[in-house]
Amino acid sequence: MKTVMEGSNAVAHAIRLCKPEVMAMFPITPSTHIPENLAQMVADGDLDAKLITVESEFSAMSATVGASATGVRAFTATSSQGLALMHEVVYAAAGMRLPIVTTIVNRALSAPINIWNDQQDTISERDSGWLQIYCETNQEAVDTMIQAYKIAEDKRVLLPVFVCMDGFILSHTYEPVDIPEQKDVDEFLPPYKPEHAFLDPDKPMTMGPFAYPKPYAAMRKELSKDVMKAKAVVKEVHDEFAKKFGRSYGNGIIEEYKNDRPIAIVAMGSVCGTIKEVVDKRDDVGLVRVRCYRPFPKEELAKALKDKENVIVFEKNVALGLNSGAMYPEIKDVLYSAGSKARVNNVIGGIGGIDVTKENVENFIERLKDKEGVVEFLGGDPNE
Amino acid sequence: MSEITKLNDPEKELIAPGHRSCAGCGAIIAIREMLRATGKNVVICEATGCMEVTTTPYPETSWKVPWIHVLFENAASVASGVREALDKKGRKDVTVIALGGDGGTVDIGFRAMSGAMERGHNILYICYDNEAYMNTGVQRSGATPFGASTTTSPAGKVSFGKSEWKKNVPMIAVAHGLKYVATASIAYPEDFQNKIKKALTFKGGKYIHVHAPCPVGWGFESSKTIKVAKAAVETGMWALYEVENGNFKLTMKPNRKPVKEYLTGQKRFKQLKDEQISEIQEHIDRTWKELEKLESSDVNLLSIL
Repeated sequence: MKTVMEGSNAVAHAIRLCKPEVMAMFPITPSTHIPENLAQMVADGDLDAKLITVESEFSAMSATVGASATGVRAFTATSSQGLALMHEVVYAAAGMRLPIVTTIVNRALSAPINIWNDQQDTISERDSGWLQIYCETNQEAVDTMIQAYKIAEDKRVLLPVFVCMDGFILSHTYEPVDIPEQKDVDEFLPPYKPEHAFLDPDKPMTMGPFAYPKPYAAMRKELSKDVMKAKAVVKEVHDEFAKKFGRSYGNGIIEEYKNDRPIAIVAMGSVCGTIKEVVDKRDDVGLVRVRCYRPFPKEELAKALKDKENVIVFEKNVALGLNSGAMYPEIKDVLYSAGSKARVNNVIGGIGGIDVTKENVENFIERLKDKEGVVEFLGGDPNE
Repeated sequence: MSEITKLNDPEKELIAPGHRSCAGCGAIIAIREMLRATGKNVVICEATGCMEVTTTPYPETSWKVPWIHVLFENAASVASGVREALDKKGRKDVTVIALGGDGGTVDIGFRAMSGAMERGHNILYICYDNEAYMNTGVQRSGATPFGASTTTSPAGKVSFGKSEWKKNVPMIAVAHGLKYVATASIAYPEDFQNKIKKALTFKGGKYIHVHAPCPVGWGFESSKTIKVAKAAVETGMWALYEVENGNFKLTMKPNRKPVKEYLTGQKRFKQLKDEQISEIQEHIDRTWKELEKLESSDVNLLSIL
């Protein structure tokens, strides 16, 4: 049954259904409603979890790591500066192979300080070893939360996952969502049983040791391979979810929308809803939505894009010093490796919460459809 | 005598030999003494530092108890998560210790330590204090004493070394409202272990700060570690006390020797002139006068918070 509720509240219900045992939380706009909702659930006895109200996001991720290393299902959520403050722990969590799930309510990074949406925060953690899944709707955020623990805890993965949802645009927006039944989630997501690494005096174990160059390099190499291998599990869990709950998101890795046309827009997150409306009104443009950004879906994107005349990569981040978005060179790499002749262009938009309208999308398609190698920045004109 | 023989049996220690600590390392002695007091039913959450690096060169470990290291500045936050997870699993019986050096506690890990203590998790924080960043090569920390020359507070033509006094973190720990806070020294193992055992009888956050000399960083012979630690206590440079339920008690009242006896013999203080030595002596005299007044008064430190 669908209920109209705020995105953060919907996600909090999804987290409750996953039965985390320890949650370490710190407030930051726009993710704050998630810890508020969870705290109320604990206060009302609707969620039997230990809530640690830490003194910083740095400690939020640190306590989450401690809990996960003790062998329980652990959760935290944050945005922007909070994620930047966690950065050091983010890398450690992946290196320690801990199956943590973290909701990121995407927001711009300072300076200047800005509380609104773009995706600079998670893009800046792209090389950390965490899986990153970007959601288009609140329903997808709910469903992806439930999938994320199953992916993270899979023995073939044992890696942490960021579930990314756009700040305000999703987190503070009321939409009809279907919150699954506890019984169904329990069948889909069994309790977490750590098998090889957890802190227990009955089985003493050293976690997080010091490594000399050779074992360090070996572990990083293995980690790099395993992050790539996780893609198959992301897809498998998505498909299993679709079968049980009747909802799917492309093939779980990318979503192709009317992608039988000469031009393709590549994008991530909530802006894809706007782009789909523009695509519906045209006959020359389709959309390829990247859902699973890390591991990066090279094969899927090559297949979806290699025969295009023009690929327009739309991104809510800026790779400063490269003068493009971070995904633009990645898409070029995919196309080059596939021997594609497609022209590639880049649009940086929605930065710091600037609205991306259907008119914006129409206009950049018109401007770029015959171009090659153009990088545009939507908004940001000081005279606007 | 038989008891001492038993304690020195390496097979019975919970920290195994073969670690890479320097000869005469005070910190590893602190850890050995700590584990004798905690026993096996414990999880250690340690900060980056000498003790983490030297005890866990992958694939080896000296720890016979569960141990986790994540980063330099988050031992207390990791311990918070471990504690709550153990409680959730019904393992309230397990002791959780957050362990950090002075850098990992009084400087970079200060926020995490303060947060964990304020939240009242049932954990014991132990700071082993060797009074500088030893793992990176003897840089000044907030716990480095006045007058000490370090690689970032070096003595030079116009400087005698560190010009600030040691940050008093045990008293800051008291200000968190903890039911048990103590200072200790590796030269008094029985006192240190008794304080750990006593701390563990209290629920909530507890804090112990143990003085652990470093032959390399302080500049003394590796055979003299315990002697130097003892001299710190005997001269009053390091006061041994406990604050139990807010009541302050000196646990060692030495007939204080001149501080010069402690300072000479350590290279880090060799540049000090009589002027600075007198300043340190006056500081100690003044501090002890106040500590003795505090002890004889009925001031309850928790009641003034």
